[in-house]
Amino acid sequence: MGVVTRGFGGRRPEPEHEIPPGQFVTDDFPVLSAGPTPDVDESRWELTVRTETGEGTSWTWEQLMALPAEDVETDIHCVTHWTKLGTTWRGVSLDTLLADVETGAEFVMARSYGGYTTNLPLEDLLDGQAWVAYEFEGEPLEAVHGGPARLLVPHLYFWKSAKWLRGLDLMDDEDLGFWEQNGYHAYGDPWLEQRYA
Amino acid sequence: MSWHVATVVGTRELTATARELTLSVPGFAGALPGQHVDVRLTAPDGYQATRAYSLAEAGDDERVDLVVDEVPGGEVSPYLTRDARPGDQVEVRGPLGGYFVWHDADPGPVLLVAGGSGVVPFLAMLRARRAAGRPAPFRLVCSVRSPHDAIEREEIDTPDPGLEVRWVYTREAPPGWPAPPRRLIADDLTARGFGPGDDTSVFACGPTGFVEAAATLLTGLGHPPARVRTERFGGA
Repeated sequence: MGVVTRGFGGRRPEPEHEIPPGQFVTDDFPVLSAGPTPDVDESRWELTVRTETGEGTSWTWEQLMALPAEDVETDIHCVTHWTKLGTTWRGVSLDTLLADVETGAEFVMARSYGGYTTNLPLEDLLDGQAWVAYEFEGEPLEAVHGGPARLLVPHLYFWKSAKWLRGLDLMDDEDLGFWEQNGYHAYGDPWLEQRYA
Repeated sequence: MSWHVATVVGTRELTATARELTLSVPGFAGALPGQHVDVRLTAPDGYQATRAYSLAEAGDDERVDLVVDEVPGGEVSPYLTRDARPGDQVEVRGPLGGYFVWHDADPGPVLLVAGGSGVVPFLAMLRARRAAGRPAPFRLVCSVRSPHDAIEREEIDTPDPGLEVRWVYTREAPPGWPAPPRRLIADDLTARGFGPGDDTSVFACGPTGFVEAAATLLTGLGHPPARVRTERFGGA
């Protein structure tokens, strides 16, 4: 425990609901983006998975919509200390998207419209842990929150859930994404408080 | 990156809701203009709350200047704006954020667009520019609800060669102001020497709605998205 701050009482989170260390619960949905919100039309939207050999598989918006979707209810944790409880999303599991992709790679670089990137281990995207999400709370995902579609990897800090997703590059070796090059942790487990490099 | 014990050494009221806190932080290695820190408060039972605040002054010393604007009903900001007094201790971690930063060696023009307390990281940039004696041209556009909400207005309005300032009042303008209150428009962001063709570095900071509107205007004016750095606070 650090120094005690005289006169600070603070509020306690709901006792039944555990949240990661250093987080506070908000009902808001704050927006953190490094630059302007890109305007991505569904008619020209495309998602491309590229393997370490350079082989690409792409989906148009119609093709994404035709894939089996899942409803996800999850807490989300931002590195800037807010946690939002019980958010609901709809999207396509990465297990579905990657089912027919042949790869021996261990790492992934997620790439966004607008140029954002973030790196993740491939195993963190599999086994029901990650989705390409296009609805939030029953509505189409707003552009400011990453619409038309964003990556959703809720067990990691939310900067890993790349907004405006356009591609996943599979890599043999770990490479660092945008925030990871700017002082943030390469992995970002909120329960271990892996905020900064 | 570790936590440093920080002692409040001074406070100064800036507006009805915003206050400057000066902290002495032994071990703090200094910061670049635009960076922020995490501030952690600890209650007597060990409960802790952490929030991020922009630095109002960068530098290489162990002094940290924050400007905190009170969030109504907030958990941490009302403590910092009302209760904290010299001698009180908190903890500080940082500096943080390597992207929303102005480097004083960069001679190119800089366009700063602030909504409300979003001006705080820009104060650090203005002060660093002044301290470095750099000729980089700056244009600062400050959008505030009313004159009473303007943070460090006197300092910002002090004539400084190469610095242009435009105030935008959204609810209430000062007496005699030539225009009625209005929101930010493209004209506020357009000035000779600060266009997309001038290789201008653009920074926008403020509430989410403000930054979204400003960034849309800026990219509409032709500023490349990669040259527009944003920092937002609050929900959407």
